Amino acid sequence: MAAAAESSDSDEEDLVSYGTALQPLQEGERIKKPVPLQEQTVKDAKGRYQRFHGAFTGGFSAGYFNTVGTKEGWTPSAFVSSRQKRADRTVFGPEDFMDEEDLSEFGIAPKDITTTDDFASKAKDRLKEKARQIAGVVAAIPGTTAFDDLIGPSKITVGVELLRKMGWKEGQGIGPRIKRKPRRQKPDPAVKVYGCALPPGLSEGSEDEEDEYQPENVTFAPKDVMPVDLTPKENVHGLGYKGLDPSQALFGVSGREHLNLFTGGSEDTSNLLGDLRHSKGRKLGITGQAFGVGALEEEDDDIYATETLSKYDTVLKDEEPGDGLYGWTAPKQYKSKKRSERDVKYIGRILDGFSLASKSSSPSKVYPPPDLPRNYRPVHYFRPVIAAGNESCRLQKALEESTGKLASDLAQQSRHTLNASQRRERLGEAALKGPAPSVLEYLSEKDRERLKEVKQASEQQMKARALPHQSHSSRFQPASPDDAVHKWQMLRGQLGNAGSSDFKPFAKNPEKQQRYESFLKSLKQGEKVDTLECYLDPSMTEWERGREQEEFFRAAMFYKSSNSTLSSRFTRAKYEDDVDKVEVPRDQENDIDDKETAVKMKMFGKLTRDKFEWHPEKLLCKRFNVPDPYPDSTIVGLPKVKRDKYSVFNFLTVPEPTTSVTQATNEKIQQNNSLNKPKKPSRWDVSDKEKEEKDSISEFISLARSKADAQQQPPVPATEESRSGPSETLPTQVADEDKDQEEESRPSMDLFKAIFVSSSDEKSSSSEEDSDEEQQPPTSEIDSETTKQVDLPDNSSSNVQENAAAAADPGISLLPTSRQEVDAAEEFGPKLPPAFSSGSTWQQDPVAPASFPGPSKKEKHRKNREKHKTKREHKHKKEKVFNF
Amino acid sequence: MAFPRPRPARPELPRRRVRTLECGQGAVRAARFNVDGNYCLTCGSDKTLKLWNPHKGTALRTYQGHGYEVLDAAGSFDNSQICSCGADKTVALWDVATGQVIRKYRGHAGKVNCVQFNEEATIIVSGSIDSTVRCWDCRSRRPDPVQVLDEAKDGVSSVKVSDHEILSGSVDGRVQRYDLRAGQLFSDYIGSPITSVCFSKDGQCALAASLDSTLRLLDKETGELLGEYTGHRSTSYRLDCVLSEQDTHVGSASEDGHVYFWDLVEGSLALSLAVGRSVVQSLSFHPTLPCLLAATQGQLQLWREDSFQPEGDPDT
Repeated sequence: MAAAAESSDSDEEDLVSYGTALQPLQEGERIKKPVPLQEQTVKDAKGRYQRFHGAFTGGFSAGYFNTVGTKEGWTPSAFVSSRQKRADRTVFGPEDFMDEEDLSEFGIAPKDITTTDDFASKAKDRLKEKARQIAGVVAAIPGTTAFDDLIGPSKITVGVELLRKMGWKEGQGIGPRIKRKPRRQKPDPAVKVYGCALPPGLSEGSEDEEDEYQPENVTFAPKDVMPVDLTPKENVHGLGYKGLDPSQALFGVSGREHLNLFTGGSEDTSNLLGDLRHSKGRKLGITGQAFGVGALEEEDDDIYATETLSKYDTVLKDEEPGDGLYGWTAPKQYKSKKRSERDVKYIGRILDGFSLASKSSSPSKVYPPPDLPRNYRPVHYFRPVIAAGNESCRLQKALEESTGKLASDLAQQSRHTLNASQRRERLGEAALKGPAPSVLEYLSEKDRERLKEVKQASEQQMKARALPHQSHSSRFQPASPDDAVHKWQMLRGQLGNAGSSDFKPFAKNPEKQQRYESFLKSLKQGEKVDTLECYLDPSMTEWERGREQEEFFRAAMFYKSSNSTLSSRFTRAKYEDDVDKVEVPRDQENDIDDKETAVKMKMFGKLTRDKFEWHPEKLLCKRFNVPDPYPDSTIVGLPKVKRDKYSVFNFLTVPEPTTSVTQATNEKIQQNNSLNKPKKPSRWDVSDKEKEEKDSISEFISLARSKADAQQQPPVPATEESRSGPSETLPTQVADEDKDQEEESRPSMDLFKAIFVSSSDEKSSSSEEDSDEEQQPPTSEIDSETTKQVDLPDNSSSNVQENAAAAADPGISLLPTSRQEVDAAEEFGPKLPPAFSSGSTWQQDPVAPASFPGPSKKEKHRKNREKHKTKREHKHKKEKVFNF
Repeated sequence: MAFPRPRPARPELPRRRVRTLECGQGAVRAARFNVDGNYCLTCGSDKTLKLWNPHKGTALRTYQGHGYEVLDAAGSFDNSQICSCGADKTVALWDVATGQVIRKYRGHAGKVNCVQFNEEATIIVSGSIDSTVRCWDCRSRRPDPVQVLDEAKDGVSSVKVSDHEILSGSVDGRVQRYDLRAGQLFSDYIGSPITSVCFSKDGQCALAASLDSTLRLLDKETGELLGEYTGHRSTSYRLDCVLSEQDTHVGSASEDGHVYFWDLVEGSLALSLAVGRSVVQSLSFHPTLPCLLAATQGQLQLWREDSFQPEGDPDT
């Protein structure tokens, strides 16, 4: 390149060249095709497209024309679906579009775990750190301090920081500086110590030793309080057992002393055995080390330490003084060396600033329980409750005396249960004179008389009118006397034979009960209503009295003595039967008459079709491989709604005493008639909505029906004849008239009565019919069908005959067996053809145009009969078998 | 043939009696082709169900296990199972090969008139004189029906099932069509007790035979009357009606021992076959060929078109 440039320089020196010259082409080399634009991409070391966007980091790989990924843009994520990983990774985070570098330590979203500022130590002691690091290297297990770094909380709390600023140093106790007495708790230095160097563990001891030489005026910080270790005991070691300290066991104490597992007790025991030690002049078995003898050591006699008896308590001694929390295994510092006399008595730690009382407080006096009588039984005995008003008041009195309280009124419990008169009684006030002032009192004599007259006159009028009693509507008004009169009469009749009432409906209120009883008594004796009223509380207002009278009346009605005995045997229904409601399909069918008319006119389609919403079972849809049309619905089948049940009984009013029998039969005929005819559209089974829908159609239909009625009229009597006997006597015109009436006005009571009466009548008549033409029963259901199709005039009557002929066996003699057979087969609807006919006559009638060939039929039936006969015999046999 | 032919013969109607089989199982209550028309089932009044090859005239198997007359039967789409129903109020599911009853469904309160598989033979639909149609599950072991369709007000005499519909005809004179896909019930009032219903093969129409000796072809969607076919006699028995293999003709059994065929479109009587002297009870039309099964009393008859050659039977 350079050569070329030089050469060019030499050629044309004037020219200034920019850029880098292309490599000269080799001989025979073809010119490279220029790389197309979309392939001019830059890739990084990992083969990914280099970023073009974003200044330093971030941005996204520019792939295709500086877009992302592919020619289409984003790389479409591959659809992965499996049972385990369903709906996984639906939401992408920004990390999903990042490269690995972004997630690295220096990326935009580093994922490495680092200590955040919250958890970083604020003031780290550099020196300490260094020391710890060194210690870490030297420590028993190298690197343990590193774990401390990781685990230990390195944050320094505010309290500690404050303390530090106040001059506190770690390792010191908190509090004023104190003078310290040299302590004498060191083990005797006379004890031989084997081993080479003094371990660091002894440094404290040496410190203590130094204490002795401290001048008096030097103060010390108080000793750091060792927090009470409240960790529960979780192991099975003995109390106070600590286990081996690995630092001492391995390196630290090189055999200075035997590893004493019972550090707690060791001091004491040593103290105990102190003189012994001294006298013998040698240590007792506290020799050796745990793991063999060093090569340089001379003594190797006692390699394995033996636990000697001296290590254990040999005598029972008092518990360690102190707060007594820990017993003799307590940590060392809780055992105070000196104990006072007083301390012995008092178990527990004396708080600072407190001292034990010099004289103990006298113990509280304890009284002995009373002596129980000899015949005492420790079982509570309930005294029988004697109701007031019982005949045996003597007994009651006796009982009350025995209980120690004299007869007192029942309503002693609470003042709130008392009424005014009771309170008055208790207070000793005099009763009010006379009844409560009535309005009448203030009237003049003349006016009162006049009022009375008016009242009487109106009463007369009322009686004359003989209103239907509606006493319950005026329940909370004072019962008017004449209204009550016949109530009393009725009640009197009921009470006449009722025995003395044990039942006390007003037992809570004895006065009221008393009033009630006297009321009943007088009622039984047959007194008049006005006198009855005098038994009521005179202090009450008029309205109250009326109400109470009503109340008494009802109580007397309901709580007759027989009732009260019976009532214990019955309980009230928990759930009320929903009598008035009935579940009906929500969508009601259109009027069937309209349909029949439509069918007759061959106007199938809208008129004959009903469309319902129908909910198929979910499983059914599944099995049919059809999506559930109503995936949210819980209904199955036709949706139902609760409607008021329209029973005829809902329309029954007070039964009118009598109507003429002829009228009733009249109605009955009419009913029969209406049964045969297409029914009138019932007002109950068609909802309003549908009516509206239907309106345009029904106009047309009614027109058509009127035509049909005219057509249909003649055959009606004929069918009627076969159905009901008595109806023949009356002309059909009467029935028609009745029908018109029915249309206009609501059906009266007689109609309903007629329905129910006639139903039984009809039954009897039909049974008569059975006996008359005994081959009818098997076709009865067809009969009903044909009566339905009466409107088809041509085949109405003939159809019945035909069916009867076809279905039943001709000949009365055959009847019983055939009937039996039919019964067994429970025939409804279209029957099954007979099983066999003799095939012999096949050639005789090759073609049967319309009518059924008689003789062959007969033959068939004969065969049937034979079959039945054998069957019957079988049956008889069976019966016999069963009988015996 | 004593009957005069009202129309020039259509070649695709069965006119020739090819075979007569004495079934030997009492009255044959129903004769049904299997799904491809190679075999047929006959239901006998002697509590048996028989599997035939009607083209060869061979009885293949007898299935015993019903407690009373067998009234209807149907084969599954894969010919591995048969369902049947009877006057013993039960619906039975049979294994074709072993001849054993796989399951029996009890729950109908009266005799069961008709039975059908759904397309995949996972559901058996049965109609009974207790006025219910019950859908039984063949897959699970539950004894009670999946759903009970009790909208009929009288006995159900005929049931047909399409891929998403259940068509039922009942004695109260109604044809009910339950559309599972739309979740709707269409009830068409015919008036006279329905003896038999069937779908047309194009799925547009429903044919209903009733006891007023009339067949009616109804538009499935609107319920309109498309055609009315009379001339046969059906007043008291439960007789079958069929549609020919290409929906060109409508056929019905008759109480006068004949089978009548009408032109579907024109409604004119196309053919009358004298099957027997007594009531022709059951009919079944071959799904693809002009071939008719007719059952009368104890006999089963196979009718083919005129041009049919017994040797060159394409089916066997």
